[in-house]
Amino acid sequence: MATFHFELVSPEKLLFSGEVEAVVVPGVEGQFTVMKDHAPVMTVLKAGIVEIDEAPNKKSRLFVRGGFADVAAGGLTLLAEQATPLEQFDSARLAQEIKNAEEDLADATSDEAQKLAADKLDQLNELKAAVAA
Amino acid sequence: MPSLKDLRNRIASVKATQKITKAMQMVAAAKLRRAQQAAEAARPYAERMDTVLANLASGVSGDGPALLTGNGKSEVHLLVVATAERGLCGGFNSSIVRLARERILALQSEGKTVKILCIGKKGYDQLRRQFEKQIVDLIDLRALRQIGFENADPIGKKIIAMFDRGEFDVATLFYSKFRSVILQIPTAQQLIPAEVPAGGEASTAAYEYEPGQDEILATLLPRNISVQIFRGLLENAASEQGARMSAMDNATRNAGEMIKKQTTIYNRSRQAMITKELIEIISGAEAL
Repeated sequence: MATFHFELVSPEKLLFSGEVEAVVVPGVEGQFTVMKDHAPVMTVLKAGIVEIDEAPNKKSRLFVRGGFADVAAGGLTLLAEQATPLEQFDSARLAQEIKNAEEDLADATSDEAQKLAADKLDQLNELKAAVAA
Repeated sequence: MPSLKDLRNRIASVKATQKITKAMQMVAAAKLRRAQQAAEAARPYAERMDTVLANLASGVSGDGPALLTGNGKSEVHLLVVATAERGLCGGFNSSIVRLARERILALQSEGKTVKILCIGKKGYDQLRRQFEKQIVDLIDLRALRQIGFENADPIGKKIIAMFDRGEFDVATLFYSKFRSVILQIPTAQQLIPAEVPAGGEASTAAYEYEPGQDEILATLLPRNISVQIFRGLLENAASEQGARMSAMDNATRNAGEMIKKQTTIYNRSRQAMITKELIEIISGAEAL
């Protein structure tokens, strides 16, 4: 299968750079798979799992939180606010984050902040389900 | 003429100082390696961010968001001066402050209002003498061993909140770029309105945006500011350690020279004293 160039970077470091066959990206308006010669798209990411297919039997899954995906002629670039390989992912930390989000929601005063906190909580819960699966 | 005891004490104290500077140099060298790695690891993200921003901005026609194009005024300038928390690193802090001070004076002579936000205590101490009234805040990062993105993000948010409240029109970040151990370049970088790197792939390809172009810009621009600050802080951390390393290396060498000089004086006066005693004994014996 044809490959294209994919890069995953977080502010702290470059997590992945290389040729891949397909990448599943958790866009804010739904998941989508990017393959070679995908039409140029730019989207905001939500918290979720990025699935990288390097070769038929070589897959890796990473958890990302917030950021952007940029599909251009040169390939796909993911700018993640935070990215962790799933193997290193800590369910205790996720539980902590969910708790924080719940507190944020309880503390939110304005409508806007409340909506933001609720969205975040939804995303985290979704993620918890994804990790458990 | 100092006595032999004085000389011995002086040599001992210089030796003790030399040990300290030597230790500081080695600590700085170890920290430098880590800081340099962190700065290098952060580079790809910032570079990709620049490209993405350039791509997006080239598609913006007319008036975009205020963070990108400014609010049309340039009356009140906010200078974000990032320096170290500690001294003993040569001219590192002073050179950043000097650059900021020149800018402040230039802006003031043009009749603009200047506000200063200090990151790091050393810059605050130096600027306070001259511009006490202009300093709006001091951000202290002393407790941190390693700067993470989560430390830079609140600073970015704070600056944006100030901008939204209309407290300033233009923001500039002052920091020191790390070139090598002996060369750090004090740099001023404009944060708001965003400086868009030239050479974005002019929108030949029809981009699709999810959700919309404006929404993406609205999330990307604040993020970009945090990233710029983060990059500045990392470069600063590496520069600081580099500057300290070379300053302490010099200090160690100077201490070595001083010890050598003092030892020569000590030996000379010791010999002179022995000779004097000998002469006294011999002339005493001859007199008998």
